[in-house]
Amino acid sequence: MSLISFENVTKRFDGRPVLDGLSFTVEKGEILCIVGPSGTGKSVTLKHLVRLLTPSSGRVVVDGIDVAECSGAELERLRGRIGYLFQSGALLAWMTVAENVALPLEECTSLPDEEISARVAAALEAVELSDAADKYPSEISGGMQKRAGLARAIVRETDIVLYDEPTSGLDPVTASTIDRLVKKLNRELGITSIVVTHDIASALKIADRILLVKRGKAVECSAPAQFARSANPEVREFLEAAKGGAI
Amino acid sequence: MTIVREPVWDDAPRSKAQGVVRRLTSVLSALGLAAKIALASIASFPAVLCRRSGRADFANQLYVTGIRTLPVITVVSLFTGMILALQVGLELRRFNQEMYLGAAVMISLVREMGPFSCGMCLVACVGSAIAAELGTMKINDEIAALEIMSISPIRYLAAPRIFALVVMAPLLAFFCCVVGVVGGGIVGSTQLGVDFRQYVSSAMGIAKTKDLFVGLFKAGVFGLVVGTVSVSEGFGTSLGATGVGRSTQRSVIAGFLLILMLGYMITRAFYR
Ligand SMILES: Nc1ncnc2c1ncn2[C@@H]1O[C@H](COP(=O)(O)OP(=O)(O)OP(=O)(O)O)[C@@H](O)[C@H]1O
Ligand SMILES: [Mg+2]
Repeated sequence: MSLISFENVTKRFDGRPVLDGLSFTVEKGEILCIVGPSGTGKSVTLKHLVRLLTPSSGRVVVDGIDVAECSGAELERLRGRIGYLFQSGALLAWMTVAENVALPLEECTSLPDEEISARVAAALEAVELSDAADKYPSEISGGMQKRAGLARAIVRETDIVLYDEPTSGLDPVTASTIDRLVKKLNRELGITSIVVTHDIASALKIADRILLVKRGKAVECSAPAQFARSANPEVREFLEAAKGGAI
Repeated sequence: MTIVREPVWDDAPRSKAQGVVRRLTSVLSALGLAAKIALASIASFPAVLCRRSGRADFANQLYVTGIRTLPVITVVSLFTGMILALQVGLELRRFNQEMYLGAAVMISLVREMGPFSCGMCLVACVGSAIAAELGTMKINDEIAALEIMSISPIRYLAAPRIFALVVMAPLLAFFCCVVGVVGGGIVGSTQLGVDFRQYVSSAMGIAKTKDLFVGLFKAGVFGLVVGTVSVSEGFGTSLGATGVGRSTQRSVIAGFLLILMLGYMITRAFYR
């Protein structure tokens, strides 16, 4: 059975459908990249996985648990297994970067202080933010905030990480560092990952499968090689547009 | 309890009547949510004090509500006392009863105007800031981030703010009364020719412990109301920056109205 499955999920806001019968699955240990135009509900999709939103109809199942229906304790356990990078970074403004990254460890584990600071340092090192550890979120750039949010998402030992546009707003060099990090976490620790991205080139590089979402529906879901060669006109249109944008 | 919620209805209302019903239901559910937030905050207060970060945050909130508002509260209560003394004093002078000026100012400040003006200052200075801060955190997904890290926003954000208000409001109300009585005395002795010592002895002669305790109790209730209203408005924010503006505005209006109405009810309950 798949680790994560979306079964015909519909989500309406005030009668306006954002997700419209979306179905896909993610296997354990896989990297799924979700691509698609802005405003098609990619962030909304991720939020369903941790019950920040609940489907209007259909089911979201993670590891055999129906996310919308499960009990509070089950939800807590499930959320404990999932790291989440928000599109906005979502750092707390009154804490330094290092304190933000340490927050999930300090509040939810009983690790000793040295262990926490060692793990925080390692996470910041991984996203190349060691220099900014003592700065406040308002003192660093948007891309740096994003990377700090990423460090916070991976600092706990989780087996699923959801990345909402981890590389948007980053320069190409840093972006490819982040791509390698996502890949490395996946290969070495077996972390199942869902990566929402606009960067089709990086999706082709890191993904095991790519899902194209358009108007709340899954258009195509296939391995990168097949995805790049797909005859589906919507996929071709998306790839052409992305190529045009890159030049 | 979960804070990040979504609109209850995922379809548009089918008729005007249904829209009105939904509007009413959402007002009621907002009130219910506020009550739940207040209870959950009270329940989680021990957990705040158990943690180092919680104690530090609580101390910071005490400072923000208690110390940083002092300049405004001083000016407001000084002038409240001065206005009271002037209005009442002019009337008393017509009947040659100026010696009761102290009593009149003291009674109105301790029973009513002290807690009231303190509550208004807290709505304007503290409640609005809480609603705006938490509202910005909500639309920036920071509250959602706390929830999925299993850090309860109630314990982490609501409880320290609400408790700081509950603790500080009576102290500030007491301060308001003292400053107001002094202000009244100044006006009495400079404008109305009332001897300051006579003013003070008249004021102290009338003051009863019951008045003081009811006044301070009232202020504590105002603190709880201001905290709960602004926290729940902040948590309920949606729709981007305009949403933050709207929930700040609503927290001020609701705080203002509730202070007036509860003030009347508490007075009614204790003085009949
Ligand atoms: N809480 C909400 N209430 C009402 N509408 C919402 C809510 N959250 C999202 N939407 C709507 O859902 C649609 C999809 O939003 P979403 O953030 O998922 O887009 P996206 O695919 O992530 O786009 P982008 O690439 O720009 O981030 C938008 O039109 C948005 O207005
Ligand atoms: Mg998005």
